Amino acid sequence: MLSLSAHPADGAQRAQETQDGSVRARHLALRHLVKHDCGSCHGMRLTGGLGPPLTAVALADRPLQFIESMILRGRPGTAMPAWQGILSDADARWIAEMLKEEGFEE
Amino acid sequence: MRRMPSRWPVRGWRSLALASMLLPAVALGCPEAPPRGTGDLGLIVERAAGRVQLVETTGRSALGSIDGLGDLSHASLVYSRDGRYAFVFGRDGGLSKVDLLCRRIELRVLQAGNSIGGAISQDGRLVAVANYAPGGVKVFSSDSLELLADIPAEYEPGKRAKVVGLEDASEGRFVFSLFEAGEIWIADLSEPRLPRITRFRGIGSQPYDALVTPDGRWYIAGLFGEDGLALIDLWHPERPARRILSGYGRGQEALPVYKMPHLEGWAIAGRYAYLPAIGRHEVLVVDTDSWREIARISVAGQPVFVMARPDGRQVWVNFALPHNDVVQVIDTQTQAVHKTLHPGKAVLHLEFTPRGEAVWISARDDDRVLVYDTASFAQLATLAVEKPSGIFFTARAFRIGL
Repeated sequence: MLSLSAHPADGAQRAQETQDGSVRARHLALRHLVKHDCGSCHGMRLTGGLGPPLTAVALADRPLQFIESMILRGRPGTAMPAWQGILSDADARWIAEMLKEEGFEE
Repeated sequence: MRRMPSRWPVRGWRSLALASMLLPAVALGCPEAPPRGTGDLGLIVERAAGRVQLVETTGRSALGSIDGLGDLSHASLVYSRDGRYAFVFGRDGGLSKVDLLCRRIELRVLQAGNSIGGAISQDGRLVAVANYAPGGVKVFSSDSLELLADIPAEYEPGKRAKVVGLEDASEGRFVFSLFEAGEIWIADLSEPRLPRITRFRGIGSQPYDALVTPDGRWYIAGLFGEDGLALIDLWHPERPARRILSGYGRGQEALPVYKMPHLEGWAIAGRYAYLPAIGRHEVLVVDTDSWREIARISVAGQPVFVMARPDGRQVWVNFALPHNDVVQVIDTQTQAVHKTLHPGKAVLHLEFTPRGEAVWISARDDDRVLVYDTASFAQLATLAVEKPSGIFFTARAFRIGL
């Protein structure tokens, strides 16, 4: 507390760095989950399996919100489960953006 | 000698020549490899590296690795009847014939766009691959990997299903399920180039995997789209498919399924079959005489593999996310869990040594394989393996349905 009030700028910066660090760590964990756990149905390279391909090309016509909702709520009548017990809204949004933009290939 | 006395030397030379063209660095016949049996050998899939590790179960060690096998997510393999070769089925449609003694790829073909596994025929001459895209089964000569039969899983004009649960059966037959169609097909390949298909329609919604019982009589397909399993009597294919364990969930809402269970694991112990309940923290116990449920065992999560130790006294179970760091052991005499282990992160598969004194367990996210004594549960060894998934010992060569 004391150091915070004495050096407010330092404290804020540190907090920001910690937050960045934990976001990075979370994204790393999500990358791993997408590759290996989503990959068990969609293929490790997301080119499809029991589930459809999740490449940027395959998802080109799908709005971001649709993908997010599919991740969180699943797709009744198919093998796609609702991931909302395991993933947060922010997680789902980041995964959806990554799928559409960069993809998950290293 | 105008003609070779048999076709064998000709075919042998051709495949050797092909292998040497593909792999010019490897000497023919691998003279550097000391003579040894293969009965205590096995392969572990390193799913992310496109590689398999060769291991031996006597000293519990890694002997080497073979790479260049493509996308090995969800890869599986079967063995030739002499226990020397493995046929590796990759996700990317790759079918590779791997020589365990020479530690190299003997032959490799890309036979489809997206595959899920395969089987070897009772006589060892044919290797069949189940494909998602394009949906169907392709059958190859195990000797040359020459394509002999192509069976599109076309269940309605223009509609092809993903093929799952491809198993070998007696008398030159393969059996498989069609996910979207809700059908089971028996393909009789006693004339390999002229497959004869027997179709079972309306067997249930979304069959996702299957097993053949150790005696080769029953083919059981798990259903994803409903509570229950489909049963075919391979001794009497003229009889219709039966539904067993219908409504085992009794109308309760199932949990989300983060990983599909696998059935091909010989979860038959004595007269009972142990089967994973979809979307429930339960293992179902079925009497294989009456095909009625006799018990359900509460376990730590949604079961993925439910595997009987070769003597049937124990059944080992691993689980889907988020309980995939746990393995439980069911005592088949009391029908209750009597041991819970925490082998590591993301336990994907387990495999017993041929006589069951030890079990090898892959912990994907720890990059290692652990070996346990199945009597004392003591940890006997740890092997460094990169993102290990399936573990396959050569004893599978001598069992129907594996």
